[in-house]
Amino acid sequence: MSETSPATAAIGATGTTGTTGAAVAAARVDLNALLADSNVTEVLDELDAELIGLKPVKSRIRDIAALLLVERARKQVGLVGGSPSLHMSFTGNPGTGKTTVAMRMAQILHRLGYVRKGHLVAVTRDDLVGQYIGHTAPKTKEILKKAMGGVLFIDEAYYLYRPENERDYGQEAIEILLQYMENQRDDLVVILAGYADRMETFFRSNPGLSSRIAHHLDFPDYLPEELEVIAERMLETMQYRLSPSAVAALHEYIPLRMKQPHFANARSIRNALDRARLRQANRLFAEKGRQLDRDALMTIEGGDLRASRVFD
Amino acid sequence: MKITQGTFSFLPELTDAEIRAQIDYALALGWAIGVEYTDDPHPRNSYWEMWGNPMFDLRDAAGAMTEVTACRKAHPQTYIRVNAFDAALGFETTRLSFIVNRPTIEPGFQLKRHEVGGRQIQYTIESYATQAPEGQRYI
Repeated sequence: MSETSPATAAIGATGTTGTTGAAVAAARVDLNALLADSNVTEVLDELDAELIGLKPVKSRIRDIAALLLVERARKQVGLVGGSPSLHMSFTGNPGTGKTTVAMRMAQILHRLGYVRKGHLVAVTRDDLVGQYIGHTAPKTKEILKKAMGGVLFIDEAYYLYRPENERDYGQEAIEILLQYMENQRDDLVVILAGYADRMETFFRSNPGLSSRIAHHLDFPDYLPEELEVIAERMLETMQYRLSPSAVAALHEYIPLRMKQPHFANARSIRNALDRARLRQANRLFAEKGRQLDRDALMTIEGGDLRASRVFD
Repeated sequence: MKITQGTFSFLPELTDAEIRAQIDYALALGWAIGVEYTDDPHPRNSYWEMWGNPMFDLRDAAGAMTEVTACRKAHPQTYIRVNAFDAALGFETTRLSFIVNRPTIEPGFQLKRHEVGGRQIQYTIESYATQAPEGQRYI
């Protein structure tokens, strides 16, 4: 330990308990250095670049990142505040990116040193609730143990509570969940996700759960322009591209699709693109004699999109 | 007499932080963690009671530590060990096994002499603890 940076030297001064107030006040922590150290900026920038829209969600994630960094700085100068509770609920319509963000959340919390391993365990009711008396507790606990050191993501969490059946084992799973959320806060972050209205009733009937969740994030629906960008991103990852006519067709398609029943934001767009791929394959097959180059195999034409039922 | 079975048994008792570090090491190598307990310390007693199922697919030692803590709470006056099982082809066996809990008083073993034909003597050992029935040892 011959070379100590000014920051660590300052910490050394306050490390011993019972130091004078002057020494504590003299301790300096460089937040920028901490930020650079955690390379969380990278993850946040990635989040900004790769996820379209979702303004409120992103700003909340930035808040959480700032909180954790400050918490780390506080720890360095010897202030103890207890680790903050980071259980979250993600509410929003289908296809608004809840699972994707949860995946990122695990990474971010890992970089910030809040969770030790940074893996995501995604489960639904089936994984937590047993089929007979005495089956639920071990099953739930096993999942919780697997998720420790990472993030437990419970998709469609409202299915855990079935008020119409008072003997339902879901309640038992919720109780165990509550216990671990409270006692093992350092080991585990729980994220509950689901559609806004049903989560609302779920929380109303389980006030204990709601009050243990500090962060309620609401995922807004995407705007048509955002969906267009999302479609382009999806095609990019699938190594396809849109011809100019297809771009125009997509521009018309999205508002029409949004008016249809069962519109599921990005998921509907993904499905539409999958169907367009299907039609493209069909079209290429119909033009049998032709030699196909790389470009032809990659390009989706306007007709591939316009064949959709939505345009009828 | 402190019994010495398994890894680290000649060292001072492992602290919880050390146990956690060992479990993390085992998990990093992809081994499954199991917790077992017994009140029969005979060295040839290889079948200890299982505390729950072995834990596959754990990522962090915290999960296994909750089981160790729970087992200690339920059976404070027994031997508890942590096993790390390697399922890799060619091994398929326990790779690491160490004691994480032991009774406060370990009475040790008695040497027994058994006379057989021709005045030959056969020797065996028996734990003083096992002279009491199961469940009434180490109280």
